[in-house]
Amino acid sequence: MTLRKVTAGLLLAGLVATPVGAAELTISISNLTHGNHFTPVLIAAHDAQMHLFQAGEPATSALQKMAEGGDIADLAAMVDAANGVTLSNPAAGLMAPGQKVESITLDSQAMTHLSLVAMILPTNDAFVGLDGWEIPTTPGTYSLTLNAYDAGTEANDEIINGGGMPGTPGIPAAPGGDGGSNGSGVADTSANDKVHIHPGVLGDTDPAGGMSDLDSRVHRWLNPVAHVSITVK
Amino acid sequence: MKLQEFKSSLPLSIVALSVGLLLSACSDNDHDNNMPEPPAPPVERSFTLTVTNLTANQPMSPLALLATSNGYHAWQSGEPASLALEQLAEGGDQSGYSAEMDGIDMVVSGAGILPPGASESLTLTQVETAVSSLSLLTMLVNTNDAFSGLDAIDLSQMAVAQTQSFYTPAYDAGTEANSEIKGSIPGPADGGEGFNAGRDDVDRVHLHPGVISQDDDLNDSVLHASHRFDNPVLRVTIQRTR
Repeated sequence: MTLRKVTAGLLLAGLVATPVGAAELTISISNLTHGNHFTPVLIAAHDAQMHLFQAGEPATSALQKMAEGGDIADLAAMVDAANGVTLSNPAAGLMAPGQKVESITLDSQAMTHLSLVAMILPTNDAFVGLDGWEIPTTPGTYSLTLNAYDAGTEANDEIINGGGMPGTPGIPAAPGGDGGSNGSGVADTSANDKVHIHPGVLGDTDPAGGMSDLDSRVHRWLNPVAHVSITVK
Repeated sequence: MKLQEFKSSLPLSIVALSVGLLLSACSDNDHDNNMPEPPAPPVERSFTLTVTNLTANQPMSPLALLATSNGYHAWQSGEPASLALEQLAEGGDQSGYSAEMDGIDMVVSGAGILPPGASESLTLTQVETAVSSLSLLTMLVNTNDAFSGLDAIDLSQMAVAQTQSFYTPAYDAGTEANSEIKGSIPGPADGGEGFNAGRDDVDRVHLHPGVISQDDDLNDSVLHASHRFDNPVLRVTIQRTR
């Protein structure tokens, strides 16, 4: 927690007493996929109005940076600027397929809603997302499953070329070392520029060519792609 | 109170009819001192349904919102599709559903095709005592016979301002083989045939296995990678507004 946030918390406490919604959360995250990594995860507690993303709405540039290149800094800055609470990179790096990160603690302070995002690799602009889950006021452990979304900002050409900057086509990397090369590229015929449920990657079985640099036997998934457990104290 | 409940439990059309009869009876007799009190206007409830198409490249056929009662089911997994569902799931044609059918009290139709990424809101208003349940149906038009929606969602206990949210999967009507071949799909990916009365598939409604596409080596498919879909395919929020 930054000093600025502590100050804001104290100010709020002094002005309106202890927020009713304050909650100590213990969070665990599991990557449920067969062969996909998550880039550093952003967990954010915020008010009811804020969204990191919304299905059916265009991606913000901050979301695009996360979905295309795994960069969560702008999304975190947006939440912090609105006096939300952020926790970046709880896994201290990539989350491998099957990996579980436990005992993440987050004091949601006066914030009422919880969001979570991370890019899915290797993809063009897929991400795992939780959009504004209302934090229960009743203590207990809550279990959520999360789906894979498509930011709608980049064609799903399935070419691994290191391209992770917004506007740069291609996939940054296949962290599992299981990607191919020299694919001719999948033609993405969708004109959908809103955030939507990802149709899934195609892949092929030719690591040295074919249409896709992804492996259809390794990199496909079906929703849900993550499990999140949240204990409210 | 009892009398009022009885009155408002009558179908709206009958209530309206009896009002008309009473009024015309009045006008024929200017000296009737025993004119009965007009019935209180029926209390109505309104619900707003907001539907978002979550798919990458599957336009949805015009939404069909059915106000239902008497245990009506728009479909049941494992059972054959009704003719009305077959027409909707194969051709996006909702004309098989009407308020004349047993269990369907009202049909509210969407304005048109609901494109990928788009949202549409529909309003359902009913006399309080008629409120029971709703079903929602729409076709994924770049498929042979995939549809999504809601079946028999209870509205009767919803309080004003209360919301219910749903994420719905794609179902397969089971009435048409998932050939994906040219001429078999009515959506813009093909422009082919919609409804065909023949049933050449498993003839039971089930969860859709997904489409394959020519990009995934189904060589005679007219579909491409972006027409593939994963669940959920719709987000639906129901709010009681009054």
